[in-house]
Order: sequence, then structure tokens, then C-alpha cells
Amino acid sequence: MNASIDIAAAFDPIALRREFPIFARNPGLVFLDTAASAQKPRTVIEGIADYYSSDYANVHRGVYRLSARSTERFEQARHTVRRFVNAADDSEIVFVRGATEGINLVARSWGTTFPRSGDEVIISEMEHHSNIVPWQFLRDQIGIRLRIAPIGADGGLDLDAFAALLSERTKLVAMTHVANVTGHILPVRDVIRLAHAKGAKVLLDGCQALPRIPVDVRELDCDFYVFSGHKLYGPTGIGGLYAKRAILDSMPPWQGGGDMIETVTFEKSTFQPPPARFEAGTPDISGAIGLDLAINFIESIGREAIFAHERALTKHAVERLAGIPGVRVVAAGAQRVGAVSFTVDGLHPHDLATVLDTHNVAVRAGHHCAQPLMDRLGLDATTRASFGVYSDETDIDALVAAVEAARQIFGV
Amino acid sequence: MDLRELYQDVILDHARHPRNFRGLPDASHLAHGHNPLCGDRVTVFMKIEADHIAAVSFEGRGCAISTASASLMTEVLTGLSLSQAEAMFQSFHARVTTGETIAVEADLEEAAERLEPLTGVRTYPARVKCATLAWHAFDAALKGGVVAGIVKTE
Repeated sequence: MNASIDIAAAFDPIALRREFPIFARNPGLVFLDTAASAQKPRTVIEGIADYYSSDYANVHRGVYRLSARSTERFEQARHTVRRFVNAADDSEIVFVRGATEGINLVARSWGTTFPRSGDEVIISEMEHHSNIVPWQFLRDQIGIRLRIAPIGADGGLDLDAFAALLSERTKLVAMTHVANVTGHILPVRDVIRLAHAKGAKVLLDGCQALPRIPVDVRELDCDFYVFSGHKLYGPTGIGGLYAKRAILDSMPPWQGGGDMIETVTFEKSTFQPPPARFEAGTPDISGAIGLDLAINFIESIGREAIFAHERALTKHAVERLAGIPGVRVVAAGAQRVGAVSFTVDGLHPHDLATVLDTHNVAVRAGHHCAQPLMDRLGLDATTRASFGVYSDETDIDALVAAVEAARQIFGV
Repeated sequence: MDLRELYQDVILDHARHPRNFRGLPDASHLAHGHNPLCGDRVTVFMKIEADHIAAVSFEGRGCAISTASASLMTEVLTGLSLSQAEAMFQSFHARVTTGETIAVEADLEEAAERLEPLTGVRTYPARVKCATLAWHAFDAALKGGVVAGIVKTE
């Protein structure tokens, strides 16, 4: 028996669920939409209120002690994120509204500075719209070429096809770490190694991965890593962009305003070093503090334990769903964690989601902000169940029972 | 919530066996409807002769509600005058969105009654657009003739 199984056996989702007030306020809720946004633990909810009550003032401005205390807590949050992703220095962590803003920042700042017309950015077929549209903007603005790395027969990334796309023209590979539709874990180490061999930078979208997989950006050697706080049990409106310091140093500001300048005259302004250069205006201070609390919550559970739990639960869900007649799991053969998308023959995902809702089972139905993947799979929509630290096998039981009920109603 | 209020037998029957589910090669009017939220697509075809609807049909793919709504729509609109058809649309739209009752002329009451099973969507706000998609496409076709663009449910 290996260590991860021992950890999984000791993992107690029911005890963890008590830390999330949403479950006490909504008895019977079977929440299977954590990939869209995670529920919030009490420590985050109450900690934000406590911060506003105890330490609130604007940051980086006041001479007074309260502002200094608030600044200290805000910068402590940056330090916590640095530790969480194992960046080399706090200055490599830029606070953003979420992964979407992080990708847009890289596209607008780095993207308009380094790639030239005819250079290439490679994304995968599995990307969320947030990792497609900013690159289309860049394509239309400066004439880069957007190349698409396809999925293979198992629904996972086709690494050979990806490698074949790489060339000296490739300036950036922007790829998800874990696919939001299928939960597929991409072979990011191989992606990074192959891309670097051609001199390309690599951006990873860690929205689904960071809440579930221990991530070490230095060990991965990725150049950019973006994530959203709200998928990490933290508040909405906050997220992070990690980038290597030398890269951040080479990037121009993308938004102008307070906090990001050194000096301003009407003729000219000079700018702060990273990360302040990329954080114009008053930031989401309470969001950062909530994120700090969320990360501490995750670390108190144990990241290896979370990974083992969610991998085992996802595997269990795939097996149970695949056992229902007419159910087809999308990318059934791919390595995955945290999410499973499926269709039921003769049953539209929206009808299914409505039936599931009446059974108190909350799932996502639709295209999951990944329309190109849906087109590739020949699907209009799927139903997705996704998991968090509070999810367990009883949630899967409820899902399966509700799917069976829907099949009865629709006679399929 | 009682699911059978939403998925009444007549809805399930029309969803499984949609009526007038085909293209009309000699359509004088058509419009495409698309609900980007769920990917549902419908094309409504009409053959308008003088001031009345000689034929209505639809093609597309979608959930049980949108399919049944399109199917029932083709049945009740066939043979109506253009003003009667527009009145049916207004009345149906109000019933499923705001719950407001807009009286229709006596000749249309029976047809309007046939749409009653679709009004169950009112208690499922996320599903109202499923029921109105084909109707918006119909309305656009009526007003715009052969419509090349895509109609949304907004």
C-alpha cells in the first residue's frame, strides 16, 4: 500500500464540510460545481470581516500605524502565495482579479513587447475562453499566429502533435494545467521541456490545478502561472500571476494609475519595479487577505492529501457514471482530477441539470466556457460534476441516483 | 418543485416526436435562433401566402423544453393570419416571462390553451429562454423575411 492511499483513507470530507457554512445553511445540498467556484470556509468568511473590523485602511499610502498594519497584512498575503507556489521571491507574485486578468496582463504587456508579426503562440484545444480570446486580441493587434495543439484519441493532450507545432517561431505556449471540462491533467513538464528547448516561454493556467495539485513553479520551471482565488476556496475578485522576476522586469506596465509609479510629471512618469508596476490603483485588499486565509486552510488539510482524495473521488465518479446505461464520459481514458464531464444518450444536459437540481444536486451544464473543445468533441453541451475538499462518495451516490431518476422521467 | 409540472406528458411527447420537424424548401421566411448559453440552435421556416401562414416548420437541436416549444409553436401557428400569429407570440412570451395574461381573440383561445404546458418554465428562471427561443426566431422571420443573421433570446 502506498502513502497516498493511507492519506486518502485518513481524509475526512464530512468533518471538512462542517467548516463550510453553506452546507449548514442549505441542508441536503450536493454541491458538485466546485470547478466553477469553490465554497468558502468559515475561516475565510469570518477572517475578511475581522480584517475590516480590526485592520482596515488603504495600503502603501498612509504614514499612520493602521495603514502600515493593513499594508503588512496585504504583503503577508503575497508572501503566502509565494510560499504556496514556491516562487523565489515575493516580487514575482502580482495580484490580479483572477486568472482571466492575469492572462490579459501577460498578453497586453509581454505579448505586445516581445513577439513580432508572424511569431506564434500555441494554445491547446482544451482551453477555457479566457486563454483563447486574449491571444486572438494579440493576433489581431500585432499579427501573431495562433496555433492549436490538438487532443488525442483519449481526450488528453496529444504531446507528439504539440511537439510538431513547436518551432523557432514559437514565442509562447499558453496552456491549462488541468482542463476545466474534462479534469484532464496535462503533461506540463513535457510541455515546458519541449517549449523551452525551442526558446519559447510557457504560461500555465492553474485555475483547476492549484486547488488540487501541489504546484512548485520553480520545479516546473514555467515562466508564468495564473490562478483565481475563488476556485481556491478564497473570495472572488482576487487571483495571482506568478512570473519569473527577470521576465517581469522586462515587461512594461499595462495599466496606469496610483501605486505603480515612482514619479509623475505632466511630461513623463517613471514606474515602480515589479510587482507594484502591474498593480495600478487600490487593490482588492480584503480579497488578498481572504486568499491568504484560504491558502492557510488548504495547507492545514495538506496538499498531497487533497490531491489523493480528489483523484480517487474523480476515478470513483468516472466508474460509477460509466456504469449507467447511455452515459458517456468525455475523455474517459485521460489522466484526470477534480472534474468529470458526461452526456446521457437522449437527454439534453440542461434537462438533466434541471432534474438534478430538483434532487438538490448542483452541477454545471453547458459548454463550460470551452466552445472550441465542444466543437471538437462534436457536442453542444455536457454535464460536469466537479469536486472539492468537502466532496465525498455520498455526493456521487446522489448524482448517480438523480441521473437514474432523469432517465426514468425521459424514458431513455 | 414538482418536475412533472415542467415535464408534462405533452412536453415529453413533443420533445421525443417533434411535429413539423423539417426544412421547407419553398419557405418565404426563415430565421435562425441560437442560445449561446446552452448551445441550442433552431431554424424556423415559414411559407407565408397573402396575409396568412400557410406552413411553419423547424430544424435544430436542443433540450426537451426548446424542442417541445418549437414543435407546439408550429402546430398552433399554422393557418393563422400574420396579426393573429404576432398576437400569439406576444401572449405566449408574456405568459412565460412575466406571467402576465394578454387576452387573445376568441378564435385563438383554444390554440393558446395548447401552449399551457409550456408555462411550467416560469418557476425555472434558467429555463425560460429554452421555451422562447423558437418563438423569437419566428418573430424575427415574420418581421425580417429571410433572415441571415442569428436571433438571440435577449
